[in-house]
Amino acid sequence: MAVAVKTQNLPLIKKIRNIPREEYYVPGHRTCAGCGPALQYKLVAKAAGPNTIFLGPTGCMYVANASYLCTPYRVPWMHTQITNGGAVASGVEAAYQVLIRKGKREGELPNVIVMAGDGGSVDIGLQAMSAMMYRNHDALFVCYDNEAYANTGIQTSPTTPYGANTTFTPPGPAIPEGKKLFPKDPPQLVIGGHPAVKYVATASVAYPVDLMNKVRKALNVQGPTFLHIHAPCPKGWKFNESKTVEIAKLAIQTGMWILYEWENGEYKYQHKPREYKPVREYMKLQGRFAHLQEAHIAKMQAFVDAKLKAPGIPVAVPAPPPRAQA
Amino acid sequence: MFIIPKEKEVPLGCITPAPVTEQTMMITGNWREYRPVIDQEKCNLCMNCIVYCPDACWQLNEAEDEVVWNAKYCKGCLICVNECTTEALSKAYELDFEDGVVRLEKPF
Ligand SMILES: Cc1ncc(C[n+]2csc(CCOP(=O)(O)OP(=O)(O)O)c2C)c(N)n1
Ligand code: SF4
Ligand SMILES: [Mg+2]
Repeated sequence: MAVAVKTQNLPLIKKIRNIPREEYYVPGHRTCAGCGPALQYKLVAKAAGPNTIFLGPTGCMYVANASYLCTPYRVPWMHTQITNGGAVASGVEAAYQVLIRKGKREGELPNVIVMAGDGGSVDIGLQAMSAMMYRNHDALFVCYDNEAYANTGIQTSPTTPYGANTTFTPPGPAIPEGKKLFPKDPPQLVIGGHPAVKYVATASVAYPVDLMNKVRKALNVQGPTFLHIHAPCPKGWKFNESKTVEIAKLAIQTGMWILYEWENGEYKYQHKPREYKPVREYMKLQGRFAHLQEAHIAKMQAFVDAKLKAPGIPVAVPAPPPRAQA
Repeated sequence: MFIIPKEKEVPLGCITPAPVTEQTMMITGNWREYRPVIDQEKCNLCMNCIVYCPDACWQLNEAEDEVVWNAKYCKGCLICVNECTTEALSKAYELDFEDGVVRLEKPF
């Protein structure tokens, strides 16, 4: 039995100047001006190239891109339910394996990429994503993290940071900080429980060359891979749309986001600042944190400090006691 | 057996043609309040506007010696102006004309 294996070796990009010119996510979509998720989509599509199939669980990168008969994807793309991006990717990959085995299709196995929001990957889409990784399908699962259920009007998700004002966590007299919980850690969730996964990385729209190289590395690997991409959302985080990249950079400079690769059990870090700025610098530009008091910002700083001591390794988060509100 | 005549067949709404260089059914250039303006003299082709535009509205020209702006789709987010390394990019209000300017008294 012939098993389709990838022989491709997408070359790594050395300099910003050498970024491929071809676009596979073209102009003409309804995402907000300055949309971080749209920017990462453009970069991922560019890095992956023409032999790619995208799967789009419900979220902004489906709804705002693919209204009615118009889509901006130049390569094949299919909508999936928000819950089942991983399951559809499994089916697509398995179908191509069979077609190649039966000699009904020639050439390389396509790059199967799920482009899921944070909700569509580590919350409502978690079981299908986990199953895809457990069954060892040759697909890349991208979680573009805009830290909220953005498309339905910015509701809190498990990656929404502590202290954020969302439509489900409005600050008020009883809960002055808005969101009380600290976020889930998506890459650690994947690394910790999926022995078939050999490559996991975090990326950011602020470092496009690093992002594209991680996409290519992930696609060159046989088997399931995972990328967690920081993608600021001007609408949801309430900042001026010209600051998307500036804010993404600040996230790295303050330690709110850490760029790393995990390959066969080893961690490697990228663009690590020599000195971290206080998290306040990152938070003060965003309306979603505007209501916070000093004590709340100090709590966030303590969380980040603990994370930076062991980057990439989950820290014990201060969880509220059960029924603290009652 | 019931057969739908060919001329009454409903096309599959869920299969859509893929665009090649642009999606002409969603032209977004009229969203802009401000537009980026380039001073080619100052531009050193750092590529930042090209890589950071979410709408792929900056591209190199064929000779690869100038960046070209796409007015038809640019939404005016101005990430490019913010990220330009040489101050070659600045912003201009869309509704300033030679014979007068238009301003909203109160943004809606
Ligand atoms: C089963 C189900 N529940 C709820 C919805 C409504 N819904 C549509 S988009 C969306 C938000 C998705 O959030 P995320 O995955 O983070 O993507 P984003 O919109 O932030 O890009 C939700 C809740 C749905 N489509 N399906
Ligand atoms: S709400 Fe956020 S993620 Fe959605 S299109 Fe707008 S900027 Fe992009
Ligand atoms: Mg989201």
